[in-house]
Amino acid sequence: MFRAIGRFFERIKEGLSKTRQVIGGALRRLIGARRTIDAAFLRELEDTLLAADIGVAKTEEILADLQRRYRAGEVAEGEDLLRFLKASLRAELAAEEQELRFAAQGPTVVLVVGVNGAGKTTTVAKLAHRLRAIGRRPLVAAADTYRAAAIEQLSVWAQRARVEIVKGEPGGDAAAVAYDAVAAAQARGCDTVLIDTAGRLHNKEHLMRELEKMRRVIQKRLPEAPHDVLLVLDATAGQNAVQQAKVFKEIIGVTGLVITKLDGTAKGGVAITVKRELGLTVRYIGVGEGLDDLQPFDPDAFVEAIFA
Amino acid sequence: MFEFISERFASVFERFRKQQNLTADNIREGLKEVRRALLEADVAVEVVREFLQRVESKAIGQQLIAGVTPAQQIVQVVHDELIALMGEPDSELPWASAGPTVILLAGLQGSGKTTTAAKLAHLLQRQHQKRVLLVAADLQRPAAIEQLKTLGQQVGCPVFHREGLRPPELCAQAVAAARQGGQDVVILDTAGRLHVDEALMSEVAEVHARTQPHATLLVVDAMTGQDAVNSSKAFHQRLPLTGVIVTKLDGDARGGVIVSLRHVVGRPIKFVGVSEKLDGLQPFHPDRYARRILGMGDILTFVERAKQAVDDEQARRLEERIAKDKFDLSDFQEQLRAISRMGSLKDLLGLIPGLGAKFAQLPIDEKVFKRYSVIIDSMTKWERAHPELIDMSRRRRIAMGAGATTAEVQALLKHFEMMKKMMGKLGDVQELAKRLPPDGELTKERLANPQSFLPNPNRLLQKREDKEALRKYRAERKRKAKLRKQQRR
Repeated sequence: MFRAIGRFFERIKEGLSKTRQVIGGALRRLIGARRTIDAAFLRELEDTLLAADIGVAKTEEILADLQRRYRAGEVAEGEDLLRFLKASLRAELAAEEQELRFAAQGPTVVLVVGVNGAGKTTTVAKLAHRLRAIGRRPLVAAADTYRAAAIEQLSVWAQRARVEIVKGEPGGDAAAVAYDAVAAAQARGCDTVLIDTAGRLHNKEHLMRELEKMRRVIQKRLPEAPHDVLLVLDATAGQNAVQQAKVFKEIIGVTGLVITKLDGTAKGGVAITVKRELGLTVRYIGVGEGLDDLQPFDPDAFVEAIFA
Repeated sequence: MFEFISERFASVFERFRKQQNLTADNIREGLKEVRRALLEADVAVEVVREFLQRVESKAIGQQLIAGVTPAQQIVQVVHDELIALMGEPDSELPWASAGPTVILLAGLQGSGKTTTAAKLAHLLQRQHQKRVLLVAADLQRPAAIEQLKTLGQQVGCPVFHREGLRPPELCAQAVAAARQGGQDVVILDTAGRLHVDEALMSEVAEVHARTQPHATLLVVDAMTGQDAVNSSKAFHQRLPLTGVIVTKLDGDARGGVIVSLRHVVGRPIKFVGVSEKLDGLQPFHPDRYARRILGMGDILTFVERAKQAVDDEQARRLEERIAKDKFDLSDFQEQLRAISRMGSLKDLLGLIPGLGAKFAQLPIDEKVFKRYSVIIDSMTKWERAHPELIDMSRRRRIAMGAGATTAEVQALLKHFEMMKKMMGKLGDVQELAKRLPPDGELTKERLANPQSFLPNPNRLLQKREDKEALRKYRAERKRKAKLRKQQRR
């Protein structure tokens, strides 16, 4: 048990230290050199923010704000500057939200959606594992009936996480699997249903309609479901993630984000733009391939990690 | 996918168009916009900087050429530099002189390696008549082996896998098996890995060392942001990459990663994934993408897709019927079907020079085409040939048969009527086709000034608007005449 916890913190540290490298390293060099805020400094700062996928608009805003305040004497060099930058980004991220919006009664239904290869299946497995660890009784639904062997993939995970699973047939009706899963959860007394859906590019209208249908079908069984719709975003994704979030939110009513693969060098800075434009908060981050590698999102730590 | 970036460029160039001279100031001002556009498209910061420096120095040093507007001149420079950046088209694979050709696929998790492996096998089997062996060497992700086996079955390609071996040993045995089995190509599907994962990176380097692949291809997601530079550099350091495959280009990502990768890795983009279907892997044409980015359209891809969707005989028959003004609902249905075969209509419109940006915002519901097709299905042959004679009672019957409303039938007939009127416009497209060089090759001069051989899209739209205005004017005149008549009474 203690070993497991120790390993868990080790992982967090590992994941975040990698996150630190790009942006943090460069900025620390900048600030450490105690330079004045001149054109060259601003250009370097701009490049660093852009390289973290924070986006042109937010970057330009931060720079303009910084210059204004510097001239007004509100910001000095060095540590003060760092505090200002952190505050700028932190202000974009919401206060901590609860992990999942659990239903007061009956099973909580969580729909997990996203583009191909974002990491939905792995996220569902990790989330199930996490819920089990906090004493809930999750059931996972393998509703990706499209991708070859996606059902087997989730089955293996379910076995490893020792959680119940409801499976569909390859090529079968995904909405029916979701419906069966909710019904099974009600019958077996499972309190959370995590539905893994097929990856779909948000500009494919027919695939998006399929999600809509899934929602309708689930609601036939449980009118207030899904309680949460999590969009899984790849940390390496660029500005297109904003468009993804926009369309998924419009069509299926996304309520929160999961940022995966944050254990690489990618910063996931686009989450800031998504929050700003669509009001969607990050609930979890993925920092590895193991079952333990899902953490609740901590905005302070996220920003700290960027500038540490 | 380049809609957004095209729009931006369109507005930038619009600005230049209004100016008479290229001065250092207005070039810099305009290039700032170009910079924003490229960054928003996820082109890497360092690539953008270098690119703009090159464009700026070329543009500022340039003499104004007589007969060419400053705008055209800037377009030419940006276009040339983009093409230079993306390199020559190169989708060749180096075939082994003896024994099987070994292709190693590597990349981050979720970039699409396994699907790409199957698509590549399909392409090599079909277009190169190669005997391919797929190798399931992803031992990390649960069920990755089953996934490749299923896909292998779908493309009719054997899949090699042996239990209990490490990936380097497994791949080495696969190559040996292919040599014995007389296969021409071995495709190694490796596990997705982070470039900072030292253990897995040295493992894939070991696979490379053991199998000595003829081609080592990095598989990259088109939606990747700025981090593409870090990860691709890291992969390139550990594996001598020979090329890149960009996947999920059928999304609407602005695709700046395409512009960056060639620059960063210094290797050509060989193929691009353009659909979830197993035949959705295509050779990459850098010049076409450059034109698309610049809002110049991609008429060659358009023509190619049209050719695939419509057979010659069909097209000839249709042309004849249009010429004789015999275009009826059966032809309309045939067209609707051809259009859905060609892919997403929005994508198609984006390919037409100058139209992409204009149509990007149009809400086009492609389902309507299928509805229409169903409605036409429940018409009699006579009705299809005489749409103008479909009265209310027929409409009701047709609606019943198609499970539609009479309003939908009405809408279809109205659409058809409009379509028929617009057929005059088709002449312009045919004219355009004639003006394209027969070999399909566009020379540099032509590219610099596409207006010289392409019809002005504004004029095309103008024409239709004129017709619409004329129709309204006539209707109005008729109404007034009627009113006067009533007043006289």
